Amino acid sequence: MACENSERMLHAYFDGELDLVRSLEFEEHLKTCPQCASELREQQSLRDSLRAGNLYERAPDGLRSRLRAALPAEVRPQSISTSRRPVIEWLAIAAAILIVLFLGVKVIPDIGSQKQNLVAEEIVASHIRSLQPGHLMDVESTDQHTVKPWFDGKLDFAPSVVDLAPQGFPLAGGRLDYIGRRNVAALIYQRQKHFINVFIWPEEKNDAKAPEIQTIQGYNLVFWSHDGMNYCAVSDLNTTELRQFADLLSR
Amino acid sequence: MRDENRVPVQIGSFEQVVLPHLDAAYNLARWLVRKPQDAEDIVQEAYLRAFKFFGGYQGGDARFWVLKIVRNTSYSFLEKNRTANLAEEFDETVHTAVSEQSGVEGALAQSVDSQMLRKALDELPVNFREVIVLRELEGMSYKEIAELMGKPIGTVMSGLARARTQLKERLIRRRAEEGQHGLRK
Repeated sequence: MACENSERMLHAYFDGELDLVRSLEFEEHLKTCPQCASELREQQSLRDSLRAGNLYERAPDGLRSRLRAALPAEVRPQSISTSRRPVIEWLAIAAAILIVLFLGVKVIPDIGSQKQNLVAEEIVASHIRSLQPGHLMDVESTDQHTVKPWFDGKLDFAPSVVDLAPQGFPLAGGRLDYIGRRNVAALIYQRQKHFINVFIWPEEKNDAKAPEIQTIQGYNLVFWSHDGMNYCAVSDLNTTELRQFADLLSR
Repeated sequence: MRDENRVPVQIGSFEQVVLPHLDAAYNLARWLVRKPQDAEDIVQEAYLRAFKFFGGYQGGDARFWVLKIVRNTSYSFLEKNRTANLAEEFDETVHTAVSEQSGVEGALAQSVDSQMLRKALDELPVNFREVIVLRELEGMSYKEIAELMGKPIGTVMSGLARARTQLKERLIRRRAEEGQHGLRK
């Protein structure tokens, strides 16, 4: 049995239904509560058995054929074949091919945005990982003059590090991270209870980009470029404040 | 009803949208009503209903839509065929009392024999079986389960916690009855 106060929390945690803050709280609780820790292991073993036990009852073949017979003729699966694909669909396919041919050139820049999507997913994963206990910071300091030199010799570029405490976004520390197949700098800022990870890496082409907002799994990301560096800030903070934060950093 | 047979082409045909969820439909029905033959009848009835209302299907999660119909059909069936035993099954407090004072000790250390698991799951009250099947076998989120059952998320959360506790206790008790040892590590 889980301890009295935590039973519902334990199950919600086990099912991945807690938000990050509660989930961290529960992990803290787990460290000090052997009762809950052992309950969690038992639940995992129960789940493994449920999944390994062939309990999923698939529809018998007899039911499939009875159903086919009972359903009105026009939906019987055997009555539909590819040869009956309506002319309009063929036309649509032909049109789609033509459009792709004509816009071939136009499509290429999208590969860039695809790459950005991959990077964005990596960034969210890294953000989540960083919020797990013990992963957030390599160098813990609110002093930009401690954080910046810490990166020396660890990266092939020097990220600019500014403390934004007066503007309500105090610097909390820095970390080395690996995104898009290269080492990047990660700076950690705080906004009340929210953490913001800022990832910084050099740009391939030197063109300043205005901030662009994306949302993945409930996390907000702002991408921008500035002074030859790519930036991405990620947080569960709302987009307005995150955008404001990005503006402050690019000054 | 004029719209009955109108198949909204932009969403896909009945065959493309609804038939692929036949396994999910049968699985839910089978765990709710427990007898394979009843489950087949329910799925057939549910699919005929689904076909009838397909014109009103707005797109979105088709599995959810099918399961909702299967669920309603299953519960009407259970209500109609309600016996003294079934009446008890609907009243989860009867079972809670057993579970919470049972003081079953021991741990579920190793994995459980699947035959035993099947029996133990079949013996749970229907709404407990349901949350476990939807969560563990269908892999639905709390939100989806809550919407399907028409209950608040908090109810799903505590229902699931109690269902799992009961299932575990039943398994431990069964093991003890069968004289298997080694429940404690």
